[in-house]
Amino acid sequence: MRRIVVAVMGTISALVLLFSYHTSTRSGMPSVAAPSVAAAPPDPSAGSSSTSSPSTSSPSTSSSSGTSSYTGDAVDTRWGPVQVRITVQGGRITAAEAVQYPQNNPRDQEINAYAVPLLNQEAVQEQGGAIDAVSGATVTSDGYIQSLQSAIDQAHL
Amino acid sequence: MTGGLPRRAFVRQIMGLPVSVHVRGPKARGPEVAALVEAAFTALRADEDTFSTWRYGSAVSRIRRGELSLAEAGARVREVALLCEEASARTGGAFSGWLPGGPGGVVAFDPTGVVKGWAVERAFTELSDRLAGHDILVSAGGDVLVACDRTDTPDWTVAVEDPVDRARVVLTVPMRRGAVATSGTAARGNHIVDPATRAAPTGLLSATVIGPHLTWADIYATAAFVHGHAAGAWIATVPDHAAVLVTSVGTVLRIHPGFVT
Repeated sequence: MRRIVVAVMGTISALVLLFSYHTSTRSGMPSVAAPSVAAAPPDPSAGSSSTSSPSTSSPSTSSSSGTSSYTGDAVDTRWGPVQVRITVQGGRITAAEAVQYPQNNPRDQEINAYAVPLLNQEAVQEQGGAIDAVSGATVTSDGYIQSLQSAIDQAHL
Repeated sequence: MTGGLPRRAFVRQIMGLPVSVHVRGPKARGPEVAALVEAAFTALRADEDTFSTWRYGSAVSRIRRGELSLAEAGARVREVALLCEEASARTGGAFSGWLPGGPGGVVAFDPTGVVKGWAVERAFTELSDRLAGHDILVSAGGDVLVACDRTDTPDWTVAVEDPVDRARVVLTVPMRRGAVATSGTAARGNHIVDPATRAAPTGLLSATVIGPHLTWADIYATAAFVHGHAAGAWIATVPDHAAVLVTSVGTVLRIHPGFVT
């Protein structure tokens, strides 16, 4: 059961992370409006570095010893609205939670099937945590097939 | 985790791939680093303009249509053509820069298999050279390059993805300098063609090669994947490279030719 929950979170995160890419190839997309997960790592020098943040999302920094959570804006995707909350600790995403996500059609399920691995924190932790990069078969810009790499990147933008 | 040093990631879509760059060091979050990283991205885009096989006006597209000869092409195109020749020679023909799929289905110049690794290595080695006192890590669609100019930082940790379950990694490699490249079918379907049979290779789910340079790690990973069942025996003959092979039944083989334990 827990795995399913993780899977759903992974899906949503992957979807949303995808939108944060500055891409011109996905014309059908809501033009990169709000990378919901604008996760700047806790930066001691910047009380709020929202000037460099690419989105209008409001990092609700519930900070306690370097742990921050960020709730993105709802992004209106082709598949429906998506909104995600992530927790960043020590510069790494330690949890992701879908606040709002598209459901109830086969396409969503297909997305799930692909995206299950994407932000699977269980896997990250089982493997000993701090991974800086993932080498795997070529990840393209297309679709939802994003890797753990995007989650790692997000934690350091 | 980074010795208290600032760290910043940059991500752009180039050559149809997500390209991530991580910089750590005192100025990692400053404007100079951002400008240098942007210059590297720009260099990569220029190579995309030259080498794309799907942009009608690119030099490589013109070569494929017979409108431009290699001899007349620019220095970078000729360099890549030579690299393709060398790659074919070094891999026993398992890699080729001339593949079916040209206009009318004929065999045509297609350096795509070397361009990504070569271009990324070019752009980001130059970046690394200009970033004294900083470490960098680049991941270009699953191929990874790292370079550390510092000695007081932890190693970068590069994970090798499990092609059976992409939620998992089969192992992690601590690195300070070098490259990790993977060829496989997991993300794109069968996009690799055996130049000899013109069919998709079988035998491996993925081939990961670890070595000093991304250009060659990338070429060798493609070649190892094409070699299939014979990849282990073949890669063991390649100096200075290690490999992690995942067979079609999910067995993980680690090939350590000496310098890696």
